Amino acid sequence: MEAGIIETTYDLKAYLEGVFVARRQEIGLNDTAFVAQKRAEAFELFSRIGFPHAALEKWRGTDLSRALNHEFQALPEQPAADIDIDKIFKCDVPHFETLLVSQLNGWYADRINLLQVYPNGMIIGSLAAALSKYPKLVNAHYGKYADDKTDGLTALNTAMAQDGIFIYIPDNVTVEQNIQTVNITDFKQNLFLNTRNLVILGENSHLRLVQCDDSINHDVTFINSVTEVKIGRNSTLDHYKMQNKDDHTTLINSMFFHQDEGSSLSTNAISLNGGLIRNLSHVTMSGPHSNAEVYGLYLMDRYQHVDNQVFINHAAPECESRELFKGVLDDHASGVFNGHIKVHRDAQKTNAFQTNKNILLSDKASIDAKPFLEIYADDVKCSHGATIGQLDPEALFYIRSRGISEANAKILLMYAFAADVINKISIPELRQRMDDMVKKRLRGELSQCEQCVLNCSTHEHQKMDFKIDISKI
Amino acid sequence: MLSIRNLHVSIKGKEILKGINLEVNPGEVHAIMGPNGTGKSTLAYVISGRDGYDVTDGEIIFKGKNILDLSAEERACEGLFLGFQYPVEIPGVSITNFLRTAINEQRKYKGLDPVPAPEFLARMEEKKQLLELQDKLASRSVNEGFSGGEKKKNEIFQMAMLEPSLAILDETDSGLDIDALRIVATGVNKLRRPDNSTVVITHYQRLLEYIVPDVVHVLFDGRIVKSGGKELALLLEEKGYEWIRSES
Repeated sequence: MEAGIIETTYDLKAYLEGVFVARRQEIGLNDTAFVAQKRAEAFELFSRIGFPHAALEKWRGTDLSRALNHEFQALPEQPAADIDIDKIFKCDVPHFETLLVSQLNGWYADRINLLQVYPNGMIIGSLAAALSKYPKLVNAHYGKYADDKTDGLTALNTAMAQDGIFIYIPDNVTVEQNIQTVNITDFKQNLFLNTRNLVILGENSHLRLVQCDDSINHDVTFINSVTEVKIGRNSTLDHYKMQNKDDHTTLINSMFFHQDEGSSLSTNAISLNGGLIRNLSHVTMSGPHSNAEVYGLYLMDRYQHVDNQVFINHAAPECESRELFKGVLDDHASGVFNGHIKVHRDAQKTNAFQTNKNILLSDKASIDAKPFLEIYADDVKCSHGATIGQLDPEALFYIRSRGISEANAKILLMYAFAADVINKISIPELRQRMDDMVKKRLRGELSQCEQCVLNCSTHEHQKMDFKIDISKI
Repeated sequence: MLSIRNLHVSIKGKEILKGINLEVNPGEVHAIMGPNGTGKSTLAYVISGRDGYDVTDGEIIFKGKNILDLSAEERACEGLFLGFQYPVEIPGVSITNFLRTAINEQRKYKGLDPVPAPEFLARMEEKKQLLELQDKLASRSVNEGFSGGEKKKNEIFQMAMLEPSLAILDETDSGLDIDALRIVATGVNKLRRPDNSTVVITHYQRLLEYIVPDVVHVLFDGRIVKSGGKELALLLEEKGYEWIRSES
C-alpha cells in the first residue's frame, strides 16, 4: 500500500457521510446543544481527514484498507422493546457475580428501563437517555477527553454514535458488585458500528468494570468504540477488556481516561482472538499523586492483527505509571505496540515504566514495538524496554528434567510468560477464568464461542482452529 | 544402578570428559569432587540428557538400560533426577501445579493413571513436614523470587516428591549458609533408602560432613583420577587440589 492512501473498492467514507447528512435529525435525537455542536465539528473533521492511514505515525503498522473494504450498513435499528437479552447472551464465568449491562448493536439493550438509578445513587443505562435526563452531567464530560484532532475514527464516532452505555458513580460510593458490560453484535448484514460509552466516577469512589466484546453474527463487523472515563479525586477504577472475536471482526476500542488528583487506574486488555484489534489507552493524569497501571496480553495467530496504543500523559507531578504488555504471535499474525509516555515540564517526580515482551513463533509473524518517551521535566524516573524472543532453553531443560514432555514444557513456559499479565487481574474468579482460557488458547482448544454461551443456532456454526503452534518454537 | 563406561564427551569439538568410568550401586551415596572447570557439571548434564553435548564414545547404563538415546524427560521418567546448581525461575507456575504435572507425566510414562488429588496433596504435606518446609512454599511460583537457600531446598523438595532411583545433586551446597546446608543435607539423608542412590557433586568437603558418602571420586581434567572412602574427602581438604594435580 502506498503511504497515506486507504485503497478500497467501496467508498465507505462517502457512504457514511451520506448517511450522516440524510439522517442527522435521527442520529442526534437526544442531543443537547453542546453535543450537537460536538457532532458537527467531528463530522467536519472526519470529512476532512477521513479514515486513519499508515502514513500517520500512530497507524504505522496497522492498515485498515482490507477491514474497510466492505459494503457496510451503519445505524442499525433499535432493538425491540421485548427483547430478552438473557436468551442471547449468558456469561458463563463460574461464580462471577456481576451486574450485567448489555448492548445490542451499539444500543443499550434494555429498551424499557433506559436508566436505572440505584439506592447508592449510581446510575446505569443508555447514554442517549442520559443526554435527555442528565444533560448537565453529560455535557461536563462528553467529548472532553476524546478530543484527538488527528484521529479520524474518534471523530467519526463522535459524529455518528447514537447510543452506548452510561455509568455514573457519585462521590463516596464503593460499588461492591463487578459491573460487566457486554457489547453484542447481531446483524444480518455487514455492520459498521459506532458505539459510545461514558463512565463518570465522582470523588472517593471505587469501581470494577469488565468490558466484554462478543459477536453473534459471523458477517463482517467493524466496531468503532469510544469510551470516555473520568476518575475523580481519590477514586479507583479497575478495568478489564476481554476480547475474543472471530476473524471477520475489526474492533477499534479507544479508551480515554482522565484522572484527577490521587486517583488510581488499572486497565488490562486481554486479546485472545480477533481479525483486527486495536486498543487505545489514552491516559491523562491531570492531578498529582495519581497512579496508572496499563496492562495487555495478546495471543494471535493466522492472519490476525493486534495493535496496542498507549499514551500516558503525565500532566501533573508525582504520578506513577506502569505498563506491561506481552504477546505471542504465530503464523502470519502481526502486532504493533506503541507506548508513548509524555512527561510535561511541571510533572516533576514522575515515575513512568514501560515493558513490552513478545514471542514470535514463525518467521512470518511480526511485531512492531515502539517505545516513545517524551520528557520535559528533569526530576523523573522513566524506563522502557521491548524484547522479541524465544523461550529460554535453560528453563525448557529444567522442566523436561522433571519428566515433563517438551511440548508440555513449552506450553508451561508460554503460560508462564502470559501469567505475568493474568496475575494482575485482581478479581479472583475472572483471573481463574482468564487463566483457563489462556491455557486453552495455548493448547489450541479455544474457539471464539468459548467466552459466552451465545445463541448461535440461527447461524451456521463456523468451526475454527485457533492453534498457536508450540512445536515451532 | 548406574554404570558409566569410558564416557567421552565434547562440546563444540572440545573434549571435556575423557573416559569416565563410574559404578554406583543401589543404596550408595557417591561424592564427586574436583576443582572448577574439570567437567563435574558436564557429567551431571550428560547423565540427565541435556542437549548440546556430543558423546563421542562410551555408554551410560541406568538400571540395565542404555539411556544415551533417551530424551531428558524419558530419563526422568526412568527414575533420574538432577538437582540444579542454578535452579530456573518459572514465574506464574505454582510448585503444586509443576509437581503434579511432572508426577502425572511420569506416571503416564509408566502406564499409570494420574495421581488422585487427595493422594497428591497428602504426599505434599508429608514431604513438606519431612523437610521442615514452610507451608506457603507450595503455592508460590517455581523458584520465583526465592533466595539461594530456598531454591536449593525446593530442589530437594522436588526430589522428595518425585522419588527418583538416582538423584544427582549438582553443587547443591553452593551459596548456602550453614542452616540451609543442614536442612538440605538432612533432607537427603532422610530420603536415603536401600533401593535408591545419590551422587553428590561438590567443590568443598563441607557438605560431606552432613552427607556421609560411601565412595568419593576426584574428577580432574575430564577423568576420575582417584576414588576412595570418605577419608579421601578429608585428605583433599587438608592437601588441596594441588596434591591431586601433582599426583596425576
